[in-house]
Amino acid sequence: MDWGNIFGNAIGEIISPTTAAYALAAIGLGVHFGYTGLLNFGQAAFLLIGAYAFAIPTLAGAPIIVAVLSAIICSVIFAFILGIPTLRLRADYLAIVTIASAEVVRYVVTTTGLTDFTGAANGLSGFKGTFAAINPIPEGRYGFGPFMYNEYDWWVRIVGWTLVVLASVLVFLLMRSPWGRVVKGIREDEDAVRSLGKNVYSYKMQSLVIGGVMGSVAGIIFILPRAVQPANYTTGLTFFIWTIMLLGGAATIFGPIVGAMIFWVVLSLTQGILYGAIESGALGFMTTTQAGQVRFILVGVALMLLVIFRPQGIFGNKKELSFSV
Amino acid sequence: MSNLDKNPVQSPAAAVTHPLVKGTVEPGCAKVDPIVIADHVTRQFGGLKAVDVDHLEIPRGQITALIGPNGAGKTTMFNLLTGFDKPNTGTWEFDGKSLAGVPAFKVARSGMVRTFQLTKSLGRLSVLQNMLLGATGQRGEGLFSSLVKPLWRRQEEENTVRADELLARFKLDAKREDYAASLSGGQRKLLEMARALMSKPELIMLDEPMAGVNPALTQSLLGHIKNLKADGTSVLFVEHDMHMVMHISDWVIVMAEGRVVAEGPPETVMKDPAVIDAYLGAHHDTDLGDLMDDGPNPVEVALEAERKAHDAHSEEK
Repeated sequence: MDWGNIFGNAIGEIISPTTAAYALAAIGLGVHFGYTGLLNFGQAAFLLIGAYAFAIPTLAGAPIIVAVLSAIICSVIFAFILGIPTLRLRADYLAIVTIASAEVVRYVVTTTGLTDFTGAANGLSGFKGTFAAINPIPEGRYGFGPFMYNEYDWWVRIVGWTLVVLASVLVFLLMRSPWGRVVKGIREDEDAVRSLGKNVYSYKMQSLVIGGVMGSVAGIIFILPRAVQPANYTTGLTFFIWTIMLLGGAATIFGPIVGAMIFWVVLSLTQGILYGAIESGALGFMTTTQAGQVRFILVGVALMLLVIFRPQGIFGNKKELSFSV
Repeated sequence: MSNLDKNPVQSPAAAVTHPLVKGTVEPGCAKVDPIVIADHVTRQFGGLKAVDVDHLEIPRGQITALIGPNGAGKTTMFNLLTGFDKPNTGTWEFDGKSLAGVPAFKVARSGMVRTFQLTKSLGRLSVLQNMLLGATGQRGEGLFSSLVKPLWRRQEEENTVRADELLARFKLDAKREDYAASLSGGQRKLLEMARALMSKPELIMLDEPMAGVNPALTQSLLGHIKNLKADGTSVLFVEHDMHMVMHISDWVIVMAEGRVVAEGPPETVMKDPAVIDAYLGAHHDTDLGDLMDDGPNPVEVALEAERKAHDAHSEEK
């Protein structure tokens, strides 16, 4: 086994754009669930909408600013479509509607009738030109050790992590303010907050939109190093984002970031070790395809252990969760 | 109004009057200075008419008790008045403003703030944060202004001062930084009441404020309710315990099977045949055992003994 390579790949995941995208999506989900108590099981839909609403205008020749605005506006509209009928109802209804609508949008973009726009099951590619064009980094390879990337890869990483930092600062500013106090109150008991003269429905909608826009921007970062593939946006993606958020701590600032880093480092490590063991014959009964699935079984087990033994996550406050809610 | 305690002699023939009432005392009578006026309020759950109130007025600046046996529609009436439930028919106004069909948060903003039968303290917020949430008109609660602390810092400081005053008054100041979930049941009741007061309400509506609270805390709660009146706040509360009602209310409204069956000052309303009927005739609610004036009633004797034991016990403490 090439341990150097295995660890090198794993360390590289810490700053990979995919990690940044997952972190950003988890920050958005943290606003929904961690702070406001909204059970959003369709965060994958926001990533999908961000991805397609960015890629389609770009492929049609729109400048990057238009493509980004299109992604943001589409996710705001989607948040309203989800929220208007469900936010007046109990929290469980939002969970059902989000999980279903995430599947609906995934099937919509996969339909062959829309091949001209969405590429159906093949997805979209060739939309990186406008983003690469505004890259100020000169051509070449930079970095050290495991962090050797070309100018485009660095550009994606810098933009991605800058957005993660901006989103974290935004969440920090919001949650220390009276606005944050209201949404945390809604998480605890929305009738109590209503009886104190706050428009609960409006706050829930604001929270849904903010977290949704973060998800859709995460969707843009997610596709910049790869192609748009509808198969990436299954409910599995939503549950990985949930895992990351719970791993770090649902109502914390650094939780989603560190959660995303640990998640991807561990996935990369287990993949490297399993593949290495298979190649060297130590795990002869398994193929590499099966090993890819085993990784996710391990993720599932890890999530269960986490929820059982450390429900507050890495950064969460143990005291907050010691009360039954 | 101390003269409320001296009731006019009740004679069956003469129409009874009262200083709070315009005209004669009867179910649904008009008040001299009402703060809430409700008309034809009905709420139907399937085949059951939970609330069917023709006319109801709640006097301003007084402590009004809403009593009645289980299932009388008291809490439903509360929910309707505060916008937490929608009536089938009916209109009502608060301080001259119509509130029918107005959502709950706007009702609260207009100065009519309620508490809940099952306390709704916000467990994973600190006691102080619970209190601050009660303040109205906060600039920092806007999405964009919340991002700029200088816009709301001053107001937050003022609200904190007010919250600390109220916490001291309700003897919760030592718990200021604790999570509300760590409070006892009685302390949560106090916190809920204090939080409601943060908005400086005109009318505070307490849904069973004494339910599940130990006798010592009950005394303190009663004191707080009396203080509210002294501060000029009108109080409407739902209660089962007749002793409480007798001690602190200026006016009692009795509901049974969704209707207002009697109202009056506490001493006379307890003797009203309709009330005795509502409680004992239909439901045998033992809480009202001491309403039976003629002869010793076994329930009353037992209750009285229990109460004396209770008092002696709490005095020892």
